[in-house]
Amino acid sequence: MTALDSVLVKCRTENRAALIAYIPAGFPSRQGCLKVIQTLVDAGVDAIEIGFPYSDPVMDGPVIQEAADISLKAGTGAAEVFEALKVASDTGTASVVMTYWNPIERYGVEKFAASIAENGGAGVITPDLTIEESESWLAATKANSINPIYVVAPSTKDPRLARVTSKTGGFIYAASSMGVTGTRESVSIDAKDLVSRIRKVSDLPVCVGLGVSTREQAKSLAAYADGVIVGSAFIKLLLNAKDEKAGLEAVSQLAKELAIGVREGR
Amino acid sequence: MESFDVLGHFGQYGGRFVPEALIEALDELEAVHNQTQKDPEFLAELAELHRTYTGRPSIITEAKRFSEHAGGARIFLKREDLNHTGSHKINNVLGQALLTKRMGKKRIIAETGAGQHGVAAATAAALMGLKCVVYMGEEDTRRQSLNVARMKLLGAEVVAVTSGSKTLKDAINEAMRDWVTNVHDTHYMLGTVAGPHPFPTMVRDFHKVIGEESRVQMLEITGRLPDAVLACVGGGSNAIGIFNAFIPDENVRLIGLEAGGDGVETGRHAATITGGTPGVLHGTRSYVLQDKNGQTVESHSISAGLDYPGVGPEHAYLHDVGRAEYRAINDDAAMNAFALLSKTEGIIPAIETAHALAGALIIGNELGPKANLLINLSGRGDKDVQTAAQYFGIPL
Ligand SMILES: Cc1ncc(COP(=O)(O)O)c(C=O)c1O
Repeated sequence: MTALDSVLVKCRTENRAALIAYIPAGFPSRQGCLKVIQTLVDAGVDAIEIGFPYSDPVMDGPVIQEAADISLKAGTGAAEVFEALKVASDTGTASVVMTYWNPIERYGVEKFAASIAENGGAGVITPDLTIEESESWLAATKANSINPIYVVAPSTKDPRLARVTSKTGGFIYAASSMGVTGTRESVSIDAKDLVSRIRKVSDLPVCVGLGVSTREQAKSLAAYADGVIVGSAFIKLLLNAKDEKAGLEAVSQLAKELAIGVREGR
Repeated sequence: MESFDVLGHFGQYGGRFVPEALIEALDELEAVHNQTQKDPEFLAELAELHRTYTGRPSIITEAKRFSEHAGGARIFLKREDLNHTGSHKINNVLGQALLTKRMGKKRIIAETGAGQHGVAAATAAALMGLKCVVYMGEEDTRRQSLNVARMKLLGAEVVAVTSGSKTLKDAINEAMRDWVTNVHDTHYMLGTVAGPHPFPTMVRDFHKVIGEESRVQMLEITGRLPDAVLACVGGGSNAIGIFNAFIPDENVRLIGLEAGGDGVETGRHAATITGGTPGVLHGTRSYVLQDKNGQTVESHSISAGLDYPGVGPEHAYLHDVGRAEYRAINDDAAMNAFALLSKTEGIIPAIETAHALAGALIIGNELGPKANLLINLSGRGDKDVQTAAQYFGIPL
């Protein structure tokens, strides 16, 4: 059992959804990211997702792209990702990395999985890795006892849902709608349908992401999902804040509200 | 020689590295493409369009005066520049537009660098009554304002992409984001033999007519196969188009000319196979210009159509197994060949194509007067007059 598996079990016994927060490594700065992590933990998030900023993030909307650009310009690479991962997992919070595939391949597939484990990481979310291309990755994650986390979408048909979820560990990342990351006015009804289709083929926890930014949205998702993933909403606050202190305060406040949201859904 | 397996691999290259949201659309596209390639009615419809709209078959011109500068080797130009819209790109867009209609989709999106593929896509959309949105890096909309106007005249919407490096690679990212969001009614008309499976195979299938025609024409004109076939390589569509029919002819050398920019050694180039390493970009594994963290590095070339840090996976494979060779041609050598063809043959080539012509000058001198070289003249240079005038100091 990874730390991620444990926290999701704990949330299940508490009859609530988990709150998972995303922050790219090196954003808003190398040190700033580490402070954001501590702030999120203090505010009560259940798990942290460290993003590996990438030059060509096709699953991401303008907010995360901007954060990635800022981070890359400051020179963020694998070392900063693993540093942030260690800081996050040292707090005792379940921590994973989210990365496009090429940085893993470039670093070395086996070595990447080993470094995740060494830095206390519980798993890796790979938004552009298809199961067909996953042979070496599945072997490496297994050898290092970390969770390979795949993303599925409303367009994923049932037979394929069964195949993808059978390769997944930790939780299944359900994309709430067709589209890229970013905050949305409302979370699409597609999410509910997708989660119920996943339930028919898998017993793994299902966490929903893409577009979540408010306590109300967290609450409505928590009614049927095992976890709620929030990224762009935090990043937007940090991008718009007048200084670091204001940014951290805004992040803390939103995380606290979301933490209430995930507890009042059922 | 069928060199890919069921998952769209060419050796270790190719495949699919995309968000799960796109798998359904890629599966559908693959199925429709496989069906239509075996459907005589579809193939006849496309062939008729090529005859009456594109202007196929394209002719072959022997470049006798240009040959004098190439060690006397005989040089034959496959005139894709004479196609409607002025380049090979029309072969692919007409094929994909017919597929779009078969799939019942009403909207196409496309990326473009120089604007050639964007213009071709807008043309096909106008012809078939499809809505068309073209993504183009903001930087390129400024460099290629004439083509932006052409696309608008054809009824397309042009979106200037301001993310990342604001060039072709970011236009592809933006097109993929649009596709992930609108995949139910939208087809992504990718412009080259890159991207996730089935694009590299499908786009090749729509361009292979270039090589099939040329092979017959060369046998008619010279009584034998050429010694070498040359083409410029950006993403690699015109090159794979002319190479494909010759792949089984092991005595025919296949030579791809990449954009060397200021010189591969300077780091300012777009010679992906010559100067890159294996990696994943835009949904496929191939050679990529990347740094030690796997971040894509910006490419540089005087030719906007070759200015791309990736390359089609089949080229990566043909390179690794030794069936094709790839060399880099610097900006200056390409512009020299551009001027030479214009002055010796009365044909102004696209600057992309000029890289292949510069390659012909080198290979011709290596092989000597007995050699026959076939060059894919992938496009005409009207779109490049401004760049060329600037380069040669001609006042506008
Ligand atoms: C005339 C011409 N040749 C070649 C290319 C390069 O593309 P590819 O390598 O896919 O043939 C372009 C791209 O814009 C082009 O316009």
